[in-house]
Amino acid sequence: MTPMAYVPTPLTSAKDAAAPHARSVASFLTSRAVVAPLAAVVVFLVLWELLVRVNGWPDYVMASPSDLPPAYADYWSLFLVMGWQTLWRTVVGLVLAVIVGVLIGMVMGFSRVMREALYPLLVGFNAIPKATVVPIVALMFVGAHDFNTVLIAFMISFFPIAVSVSIGLSTLEPEYRDILRSLGASQTTIFWKIALPKTLPEFFGALKVAVTLAFIGTNLMEIVSPHGRGLGALFDSGKTNSDYPLMFAVLIALAFLGIVLYYVVVALEKIFAGWAERSPT
Amino acid sequence: MIESGHGSSRGPVSSQRRGGRVDKLIDIKNVRHAYQTQDGRLPVLDGLDISVPEGGFVAVVGPSGCGKSTLTKLIAGLMKPDEGEVWLHGKRVTSPRSTVGMAFQNPVMLEWRTILKNVMLPLEIVASKMSRREQEERARYLLALVGLEGFEDKRPSELSGGMRQRASLCRALVHQPDVLILDEPFGALDAFTREDLWQTMHQVKAKEPFTCVLITHDLRESIFLADQVVVLSQRPARTQYVLDVPDTGPRDLDHLYTPEAAEMLNILRHQIEVAQGRAPAQPEADEVPEPPPGSTAQGMV
Repeated sequence: MTPMAYVPTPLTSAKDAAAPHARSVASFLTSRAVVAPLAAVVVFLVLWELLVRVNGWPDYVMASPSDLPPAYADYWSLFLVMGWQTLWRTVVGLVLAVIVGVLIGMVMGFSRVMREALYPLLVGFNAIPKATVVPIVALMFVGAHDFNTVLIAFMISFFPIAVSVSIGLSTLEPEYRDILRSLGASQTTIFWKIALPKTLPEFFGALKVAVTLAFIGTNLMEIVSPHGRGLGALFDSGKTNSDYPLMFAVLIALAFLGIVLYYVVVALEKIFAGWAERSPT
Repeated sequence: MIESGHGSSRGPVSSQRRGGRVDKLIDIKNVRHAYQTQDGRLPVLDGLDISVPEGGFVAVVGPSGCGKSTLTKLIAGLMKPDEGEVWLHGKRVTSPRSTVGMAFQNPVMLEWRTILKNVMLPLEIVASKMSRREQEERARYLLALVGLEGFEDKRPSELSGGMRQRASLCRALVHQPDVLILDEPFGALDAFTREDLWQTMHQVKAKEPFTCVLITHDLRESIFLADQVVVLSQRPARTQYVLDVPDTGPRDLDHLYTPEAAEMLNILRHQIEVAQGRAPAQPEADEVPEPPPGSTAQGMV
């Protein structure tokens, strides 16, 4: 636990002893981990509101936070439907990226030849701006909107996963391998008992990058493809109708979804690779 | 015991039989090995002969990079020698076998497992018929033996270097291997911790007899732990010199400060200098390496 210098007082500690569970919830909600980011969000919104007010900008230059609640209220059902579409397509793209990325990473991590062969190809592929690929994909599979979106989300996010897994596996210290190899363990056993768990921290580091990248991929496709769906399409319709507060509302909704997905990954990391986190002592 | 290798041995070479025990639990015969590097062939071992009787403890010392670690991989069956043979318990070593336990300078603990689970790792592979409870009991017993009682459920990152090395020793011994291979296990520890661990080694050996090959850079360590010290030459390594340590069995640190110990250290230091090419092969008259008094083999417990 992080030490909290400002919370305990004699009054609360007397109550705490009686209800340890209530105390843990209360102390979590008042802990630095919760209070600090919330305070940062509030400060950000206040500064944003001030910026717009002080400059006297109309909402077609820049909407202010106070313009957002009406926009959400007007289109709430659309936000729920479109938000869900964006979310599931991003997650499916990401899951594919994890599967393919881990497989490519394993091939490159275990075989030096494959690593040397595939690396330039992968780097070149990654260097192509995905915004340029979006129209191509949209034309190639015209009408297959879900497929296109998932494809772009996948393409944009598998690279960091593949690279991190391959680096994690190829930099495994030989002693780790020798400990098991000297006992006659098979390559499969070595992979499951040592290589895989040892690579998990790197994998989750890459997944945190990939999760936001996948979001960008999904939205690129949703905005570009005609008659699209998802939050990207909602953004596009806001643009078409000159509904600027709606456009900003979509951006904030995207940011919110991004944060949610990111922290889902963080939670998974805590469960599966929590051992890699050093205690602050 | 050590046999001469193709005229390479300059020190006194002894070859005794011990009744009741396997005379050559480890038998390395005229082993040569070379690595393929970008600059061509790099010979590392050139006619190495070492044999260790059951229950024996042989320390191998030599200049840096002389091929000592290659030796451990050959015994463990992780590599095959280009020429020559490695025999373990009467069987030729061609591939890894579960009757070997290894510990390295880097204790390589699996950070995602508790200390107890780390120690149990070899059992999961070689003793799958052992029940989980038996495996755990065995691991707990060894951890207690090296003084890690109460640390079973800690993560390796919560332990000091010396404690991790103790746990690593337990892991090497947990499956009751015929042979324990230690590759500079105490090299990265501070002097006091190292001496603690030396004594632990004697305590463990009294309870859990093992046959051991210890690779080390520390001459004091070699005479404190081993019954026999083998000096290897500069790369490519040959058996250059063999020293029998008179006091086998448990010792205490005072033994390192006796005139006999000083004498042995002197001889070994001279041999290392010879190996490095910094001293002539023939020692000075007063340094003639006759075996120190009492060097006849005694029962090892």
